[in-house]
Amino acid sequence: MAKADEAAAIITIEGLQDLLRAIRAGGYRPIGPTVQNQAIVYDDIESVDDLPRGWTDEQDGGRYRLARRDDDALFGYSVGPQSWKKFLHAPKLRLWTAERDGENASVTPEPPPSDRLAFIGVRACEIRAIEIQDRVLVGDLYVDPHYKALRERALIVAVNCGQAGGTCFCVSMQAGPRVQQGFDIALTELLDGTEHIFLVEAGSEEGRALLAEIPHRPASSREVEAGEAVIEHTASSMGREMRSDDLNELLMSNLEHPRWDEVATRCLSCTNCTLVCPTCFCTSVEDTSDLSGERAERWRRWDSCFTMDFSYIHGGSVRASAKSRYRQWMTHKLATWIDQFGSSGCVGCGRCITWCPVGIDITEEVRAIRGCDTSAGDWP
Amino acid sequence: MPQTLKACTPPPNPMAPSMTRLTRFIRESADVFTFDLAPERATPFAPGQFNMLYAFGVGEIPISISGAADAPDRLTHTIRAVGPVSAALGRLKAGDQVGLRGPFGVGWPVEEAKGFDVLLIGGGIGLAPLRPAIYWLLRHRAAYGRVGVLYGARTPDDLIFVSELEEWRRTPDFQLRVAVERAGPDWTGDVGYVTPLLSKLRYDPGDAIAMICGPEVMIRATALALEDAGIADSRIFVSMERNMKCAIGHCGHCQFGPLFICKDGPVHRYDRVRDLLAYREL
Amino acid sequence: MKDIADLLRHHPFAEGLDEETLALIAGCAKNVVLQPGDYLHREGAAADSFYLLRHGAVALETFVPGRGAFSFLTVKSGEILGADWLIPPYRSSFDARAVELTRAISFDGKCLRGKCEADPRVGYEMMKRFIPPLVKRLQSARMQALGMYDATNA
Repeated sequence: MAKADEAAAIITIEGLQDLLRAIRAGGYRPIGPTVQNQAIVYDDIESVDDLPRGWTDEQDGGRYRLARRDDDALFGYSVGPQSWKKFLHAPKLRLWTAERDGENASVTPEPPPSDRLAFIGVRACEIRAIEIQDRVLVGDLYVDPHYKALRERALIVAVNCGQAGGTCFCVSMQAGPRVQQGFDIALTELLDGTEHIFLVEAGSEEGRALLAEIPHRPASSREVEAGEAVIEHTASSMGREMRSDDLNELLMSNLEHPRWDEVATRCLSCTNCTLVCPTCFCTSVEDTSDLSGERAERWRRWDSCFTMDFSYIHGGSVRASAKSRYRQWMTHKLATWIDQFGSSGCVGCGRCITWCPVGIDITEEVRAIRGCDTSAGDWP
Repeated sequence: MPQTLKACTPPPNPMAPSMTRLTRFIRESADVFTFDLAPERATPFAPGQFNMLYAFGVGEIPISISGAADAPDRLTHTIRAVGPVSAALGRLKAGDQVGLRGPFGVGWPVEEAKGFDVLLIGGGIGLAPLRPAIYWLLRHRAAYGRVGVLYGARTPDDLIFVSELEEWRRTPDFQLRVAVERAGPDWTGDVGYVTPLLSKLRYDPGDAIAMICGPEVMIRATALALEDAGIADSRIFVSMERNMKCAIGHCGHCQFGPLFICKDGPVHRYDRVRDLLAYREL
Repeated sequence: MKDIADLLRHHPFAEGLDEETLALIAGCAKNVVLQPGDYLHREGAAADSFYLLRHGAVALETFVPGRGAFSFLTVKSGEILGADWLIPPYRSSFDARAVELTRAISFDGKCLRGKCEADPRVGYEMMKRFIPPLVKRLQSARMQALGMYDATNA
């Protein structure tokens, strides 16, 4: 998948339906945004009728509400609680099964999945998040075969955001709102009261082939400009912002900052931020056996650096205090991730702010530390 | 750089263990035991690397290899029974099976240390990960300057590799000092902490490399003592421990600041971790 | 036969000590030889001596009824032995038992204290030599008290 390199086209809602049909015909399982449990949730979709037509979301620290739009936009929300992580990096996965027969045991690895997933409505920040997880799970010596199998086959239909959420700050993280790479097809939804169309760019051979299969026409320069205006409007209305060019140095030279104690009085160690984060990749394993002791399994499940067990070594947990666990999460996300994987672990999607039950705001925490940089000598 | 031996072609399922046969079980002390595993394929490793060992149906833990690196068809591990998995491993006997993944991680700088005086300081079970390096130095003795081993344990009953300690004590051109924290009347050796024994070793601090393995408190105290003795912090190497679930840099548990203990370590150059070691609960 | 000042001169304790002071404190010193099992001092007894070990090893220990003597520190050649002679009421806190043939320079504590009192410069020279090993020993004792060797499964 590459950067879009050719003239944009226009498709209608019917064209989008045709696109979904073509994707399904290509052997893919389309997954897209749906309204479930009063939230926008990624799930299997059959048609455009499953998309959250006319819905938007209102987000702030610790607050998420669906609301009606005054139009029929299909992608008129920002991001929901879940990310595509739950499909590529499964929350719970059996890694292998072992059988014991007398004195001999054998281990059978779980075969990698053969599903071809088509992600419909992927935002720029989410593409960046997937690329960040790629680096962790398939970008080093050891490769996660399950992630790799799904990732290599996944089709990405991206959407340029038509509005910024209340907790969005992708502009600060240079992760959006414009979809720039890593997609097969990118859509920009255009509604002007009379028309409801999509500006389409193909980002890969596969995307071009799909586009060729569905009715489309070339975009006019006015329509291309309208698409630009949508992205520019979104970029200029971010709900949050955070200076991000110096975070590694800032945070790692303030590991004893009093703000860590302060945030620890609010943090519940509930792990929500790590679960909703599209880049958090930590997992644990659980070994099980049946009652006969002849059959055993190992399961992998998402884990969180906010649990006590996470850092347990014989004798106790290395990070026993909530302060140290919050510090681990935030310094990893914003600072040490850069040392480890060459980029920040944050894409500015704002989920950790929205879904924190007490509304802890990572951008605010950074501001507080920046506000009195203890390494610069200005202790409060 | 510390030594590493990484698989040229990593396994397609790096989380799936292969089953190995336990060929020898030795009880070292009340709670420490050593066993040898015979892997199906020769498993070359570097001194200081570790394996993930799986007790059937119970779970998996990281254990440093404690045997000689020149016998890749025999993987020796020395384990203290402190949790459910290590206790289950301790109940095994010759002929039983153990799941194996590995070897993983960056080991001791035995190549880099050539031509230098080498000091190895182990505390408690921390002597076990050092033993492959000791074997290595003894086997390639002429390539190194003076060699000294310091070993600290709780009591004489807690000492491991006892017969080998006697052998090393008799080995010419090899300095060994053992100190226990407390001892009954039968003990005629040293009593005290391990760091003061440094002054009893002959070495040139300007031309020495040190390797430390033990609890983190002991690592910090020993590294400082070595620095006080004039050894540069870039020539001190420490083996560290953190929670590990995957050993391949995917599970996130073993992070220590920017480092993954499993793949950037477990052996780290001290000047690269000393600032991090100063922070509590990092 | 070497005289006591000569033996003293070759002990690390006297390193850098001027001849005048050396001669002064040598007046409080004598050469001693201890067989394995000999006690240098006993717990609770008057602490009237201070030792510089020249050769051998001495165990500091305390007796635990039913379990025997437990040692917590071995003092070795080149090191100093005895701190209780410095502080009133000059009573030994532990047993000190030679574990091998041990040669040492023994100082009369009262004599040495008297010379330190009389000339604070000598006193300070002595303090600079007593304090570092005692502080090091305290640091090690703290590590031993923490008993951390069992805190790893590396």
